Amino acid sequence: MKFSLNMNHVYALIALGIAVCTTDAAKADEAHAVKLYNTYCVQCHGVNRDGNGINSANMAVKPRDHTDTKAMGDTPDETLFKAIKGGGLAVSKSVLMPKWEGVLNDDEIKELVAYLRVVSKTTAK
Amino acid sequence: MRLRILIAALAAFSGAAHSADLLSQQCVACHAITKPANASLERLWDRKAPDLYYAGNKFNKPWLVSWLQNPTTLRAGGVMYSKAVKPSGDKTADVIDAAQVPAHPKLSAADAATAADLLMALKVDGLVTPGAFKGEPGGPMASMLFSKLRGCTSCHTAKAGDKPTSGPEMVTAGDRLQPDFVHAYVSNPQKFDAHVWMPSLGLTDGDVQKLTAYISTLKEKK
Repeated sequence: MKFSLNMNHVYALIALGIAVCTTDAAKADEAHAVKLYNTYCVQCHGVNRDGNGINSANMAVKPRDHTDTKAMGDTPDETLFKAIKGGGLAVSKSVLMPKWEGVLNDDEIKELVAYLRVVSKTTAK
Repeated sequence: MRLRILIAALAAFSGAAHSADLLSQQCVACHAITKPANASLERLWDRKAPDLYYAGNKFNKPWLVSWLQNPTTLRAGGVMYSKAVKPSGDKTADVIDAAQVPAHPKLSAADAATAADLLMALKVDGLVTPGAFKGEPGGPMASMLFSKLRGCTSCHTAKAGDKPTSGPEMVTAGDRLQPDFVHAYVSNPQKFDAHVWMPSLGLTDGDVQKLTAYISTLKEKK
């Protein structure tokens, strides 16, 4: 069977290439977000991301359960970004959520927001 | 290289060549005694023990001498807590997997004294400002700042028997740490390591003074 490449095939290949690269980039971002989460967030939000971090035993306010689809689904990306960057007080929540702007840059915070959508099985708002 | 020469010189001076060998050959297997060139997040995950290249800016010498002979657990989860935590299995707080937290070797009295001398010589300019802590008492609000208002107790224990946390215990911090180091570290932990998981809370100097005063009172009851 003879296979000839027409322009539609070329477009399809380009589209596939872009899709593969985008997926790879998204996977790399998510892997980095997991590393960040495991470094900074796990201490309070827990190995299972459910608010049961090692430190939660000593906290008056329980850390947010990131697997809570309902509560996370009701929280816009902008609020999540602000909470990570400026801490709980920036979104009228507990002082026990510290601000991370001295450690994480805006791109890293955006990666974490995207990762929280994966953890909570919610979509961006 | 300079440090090896320093260690050799100090050892010769003190007549304890064996101890110097122990330091230069054993301590460095886990601890950084010169400022690491690659201050990356990966290094924080890979390192086996806390950095000691500013030990002379950080520790009180009598505490070092004593602790090296009888090491206690300062960080419940080891140098990188995240490698040691695991789910409790019953929807309560994560727990520490003790198998992931190796004990520090015990040194003899002579080795501990030599090691403390060498460690106190490890200083970095510009990291800790001598006299930054004004030495004034923290007042009645200081413990409140530490516990409720700034949430330090989420990550640092202040009383013996408190549940394990991700940060080093502060139960013996007054014995262990120089107040000017506490002031510098609380003010800006990222100055010591850009990726460390203690956040910069943006505290006023007044709050840092009170917290430093309070932390300096936390000492082992003897």
